[in-house]
Amino acid sequence: MTRFRKRRKTVVVSFAEHEADILANLLRNLVELLYDGLPPRATESSDPLAALLDSDGPTSPPEDVVLQRLLPDAYKEDDQASGEFRRFTERGLRDGKISDAKRVLSALEESGADEIALEPDEQLSWLRALNDLRLAIGTRLDIKEEDDYSTWEKLPDDDPRRLTYDLYDWLGYLQSALLHNMR
Amino acid sequence: MSTAPSELESPEVDEAIELSPPWVTIVWNDPVNLMDYVTFVFQTYFGYSKHKAEKLMLQVHQEGKSAVSNGNREAMERDVEAMHSYGLWATCEKS
Repeated sequence: MTRFRKRRKTVVVSFAEHEADILANLLRNLVELLYDGLPPRATESSDPLAALLDSDGPTSPPEDVVLQRLLPDAYKEDDQASGEFRRFTERGLRDGKISDAKRVLSALEESGADEIALEPDEQLSWLRALNDLRLAIGTRLDIKEEDDYSTWEKLPDDDPRRLTYDLYDWLGYLQSALLHNMR
Repeated sequence: MSTAPSELESPEVDEAIELSPPWVTIVWNDPVNLMDYVTFVFQTYFGYSKHKAEKLMLQVHQEGKSAVSNGNREAMERDVEAMHSYGLWATCEKS
């Protein structure tokens, strides 16, 4: 059972070993997905200016629906402006999400089932990484605003979505317990 | 090692730009993000009071969207980028 407690500004979290493994696996998948489909960075020899300005990012949305949710268009009805925004920001956003996920991952790998002490800036990385995982799983499950919470809660055990929903639910618990202990 | 750049004269401001309507950052409702988390992001990133952050969060939740900041286009793109880094669904538009 995952437990959180507060020590001044530090939040201490402890996982059962299998829980730490599950979370680490989800994070590895997320990191892999975030690396996926990103065109190689312009090198100094190909376009030094673009490399310098970090303006060699993609201009169209990713194909994967989860990546579309993690990296949404910045303009509702202006594909060109969205593309320009993407060109300058998508790499940085992916890098930030990857770095948050890797930070949580290395903490889990180092401590295993031991207690993990999270300082305030680490707490932020954990919150964002847990949120990205929830967005990823929620998108794969196709959870909708109009969905009745109880239909998901009452999925039969043999429903193929049951396990995934339980993970989603657990991640929500982790995120809200962390947030609660940060206040 | 390079020397410090010499001081630049302040650029002339184009009046048409100054008078153009400000832009807004819109945060859209989302079935996944937790209400407490959305409030936390508004407090942390924008520095809003808990009261204001909760009000905006509830507006997103109940009305489907809320204008959470306003300013020039560059500033709004920075805010949208920050919202995306937190996993909130945000866009910018002319107000």
